[in-house]
Amino acid sequence: MKGADIFLECLKREGVDILFGLPGGVTLDIYDSLYDCEGLRHILTRHEQGAVHMAEGYAKASGKVGVALVTSGPGATNAVTGIADAYMDSVPLVCFTGQVNTYMIGNDAFQEADTLGITRSCTKHNYLIKNVKDFPRIVREAFYIARTGRPGPVVVDIPKDVSRADAEFVWPETVGLRGYKPTIEGHIGQVRQALKAILGSSRPLLYVGGGAISADASDAVIRFAEKLNIPVTVTLMGLGAYPASGPCYVGPLGMHGYYNCNMAISDCDCLFAIGPRFDDRVTGKTDEFSLKSVKIHIDVDPTSISKNVPTQIPIVGQIGRVIEQMYEELAKTDPKVIEAFKKRIKPWWNQIAQWEKQNPLCFKASTNGKVKPQFAIQKLWEVTKGDAVVATDVGQHQMWAMQYYRVNHPRHFLTSGGLGTMGFGLPAAIGAQFAKPDKLVVCISGDGSLQMNIQELVVAVEHKLPIKVMLINNGAHGMVTQWQRFFYKRRYSASQFMQPDWVKLADAYGARGLRVEKPEDMEAGIREMLKVSGPVLLDVKVDPEEDVFPMVPAGGAVNKMILPESPLS
Amino acid sequence: MKHTISALVENEFGVLARVANMFAARGYNIECLTVAETLDPTVSHMTIVTSGDDKIIEQILKQLNKLINVIKVSDVTETDHVERELVLIKVAAEGDRRAEALRLVEIFRAKVVDVSPDSLMIEITGDENKLRAVIELFKNLGIREIVRTGKVAMQRSQKTKAARKPVEEAA
Ligand SMILES: Cc1ncc(C[n+]2csc(CCOP(=O)(O)OP(=O)(O)O)c2C)c(N)n1
Repeated sequence: MKGADIFLECLKREGVDILFGLPGGVTLDIYDSLYDCEGLRHILTRHEQGAVHMAEGYAKASGKVGVALVTSGPGATNAVTGIADAYMDSVPLVCFTGQVNTYMIGNDAFQEADTLGITRSCTKHNYLIKNVKDFPRIVREAFYIARTGRPGPVVVDIPKDVSRADAEFVWPETVGLRGYKPTIEGHIGQVRQALKAILGSSRPLLYVGGGAISADASDAVIRFAEKLNIPVTVTLMGLGAYPASGPCYVGPLGMHGYYNCNMAISDCDCLFAIGPRFDDRVTGKTDEFSLKSVKIHIDVDPTSISKNVPTQIPIVGQIGRVIEQMYEELAKTDPKVIEAFKKRIKPWWNQIAQWEKQNPLCFKASTNGKVKPQFAIQKLWEVTKGDAVVATDVGQHQMWAMQYYRVNHPRHFLTSGGLGTMGFGLPAAIGAQFAKPDKLVVCISGDGSLQMNIQELVVAVEHKLPIKVMLINNGAHGMVTQWQRFFYKRRYSASQFMQPDWVKLADAYGARGLRVEKPEDMEAGIREMLKVSGPVLLDVKVDPEEDVFPMVPAGGAVNKMILPESPLS
Repeated sequence: MKHTISALVENEFGVLARVANMFAARGYNIECLTVAETLDPTVSHMTIVTSGDDKIIEQILKQLNKLINVIKVSDVTETDHVERELVLIKVAAEGDRRAEALRLVEIFRAKVVDVSPDSLMIEITGDENKLRAVIELFKNLGIREIVRTGKVAMQRSQKTKAARKPVEEAA
């Protein structure tokens, strides 16, 4: 069997049904085999970064491994941003890159790039296939590594002569990686200690991160939180791990998190962290972060624990399994202890409610006839009943989406949290729509971000995907202008720019373009957008002076927020 | 504080780069790194000397462990272990100095491995303290050139036998 056919057979064995990519000289044999390959769908993207983000969107929405296939040299380097993005957000992904013939590697051959070297720092692992006989083993290992433990991207570099060489197809039944064995079960002593710390506390807080979603542990989180009635705050990546409509939900935290959440994390006496990374966008200044609390941290990745903030009770294990273990211990606990705990934390709940009343999430209604971006997103949430899969780009609109689109389900909020990659939103939405054909998928984007991968819009048109892009158009890199307003005396250096005519642009790609300019047309605009069956770009012209509040200045303490009325604004 | 880390890794191309890259990408310092095949030709042994506070060392150990090709990592600093390094020194050895150099070779149980009319090349093995002392003494005589291998370390007792069972996943 030819290497290229072995490759496709391997993908099928791994349960892959779709891959995103763009061909080139060195992958032509693979593409030739794909031509009449059944059961594998290849989506031609217009840029390799788009291919990788689509694979990410597909993976984030479905929980399956996303697959991208790109050519060597420039194809591989174009894919790097997406690969780094997947690495930061722990997205299970396998990216296959073409490579020049093995005998030419290292000779500065045409379109040669040291893909292994370039991607070493932004992959969980990477491979160069030197011999066609290793093909099945390496593909098998790549998928195993990508989806187990802390998920992440794996790059497999395939030289052209390897995809042309012949070998017998032998599928390895097992994976034998002696240095790799993710921990699944939590240490029972630690589990008991954690439960004891929680039940002994008076101001507990559950702090849920993206790890809970990638481990599909949402149900376990809900069950545990509600059994004990513990307040739940989530990170940007953790949105949807606990439903925004759920009784224990208090909101997202961090730089642009809710006031009550940031106050709660600063004042709690027991912080129960489930799969977050203690990112600096959440902790702010670490020496002042949550000083009164005993910290419990569950994570599959031991390097995440005590990396930024010291943890007193670390539990390494698969999140769902560890919470299950805690639940089992809880079942053995005297019900009186649980009742006493629930009673003890009542004042804490009141305190959080008090904070919320003091500084609720809010924005001023428009007085100048311009649409407030928050209003646009809130309307989208109302009209879609919070049921859409939302992909965002990066900037103010992303933060408003986090604040105002109240997510109820895991895998329904897709965003680039770790790397903060502008250009993620549209291709991720496309990938998600392929994964969930029956779902409403909306991309909330900014005029800066959308231009970074706008070429992928035609992919949505080509495949008749009913993606809706809601463009929060403020004529600028809004997040940059906000910082310039706050910290650089409104000197708008390189943050405002000329815009294309978005409606015409959508038209040119064969999508529908719509525009809203007034607050009173907002709802009708959204309804119109949803009514159209194909892809739509809704250009919402918003007030460019609007800022995201609350805001924790970078490097500041989380409980010292700039609020809407504060003089700085 | 200085730490000596001992690691068993897969003997594959690119593994050294992965290890070195982890240190470089995260801003950790490598003071020295030695690597060679073990009895099992598919496994190499690395000795890495690095420095940092407890928090940094903990991260280094965890991050090393996280690399797919790393089979086992241990910080041998605080354990009962043997450390050795090999040094080659070319010393000036004309006239009286020759006798003095040979006397030092005798005392430290070093070895003369090359002789020329005006210099000697000397091979010495030992731990850090011994080598420091020897080098100081030879400095007085006049060192022309010096090369060091970097440390190798091995834990005493049975503990270095790594668990080498492959991870298996059902098909
Ligand atoms: C690829 C990339 N380049 C630069 C940045 C830095 N950056 C962060 S937010 C932002 C502005 C985003 O503007 P836009 O997409 O219009 O969104 P808005 O903030 O206006 O909602 C920039 C330039 C980034 N995150 N990603």
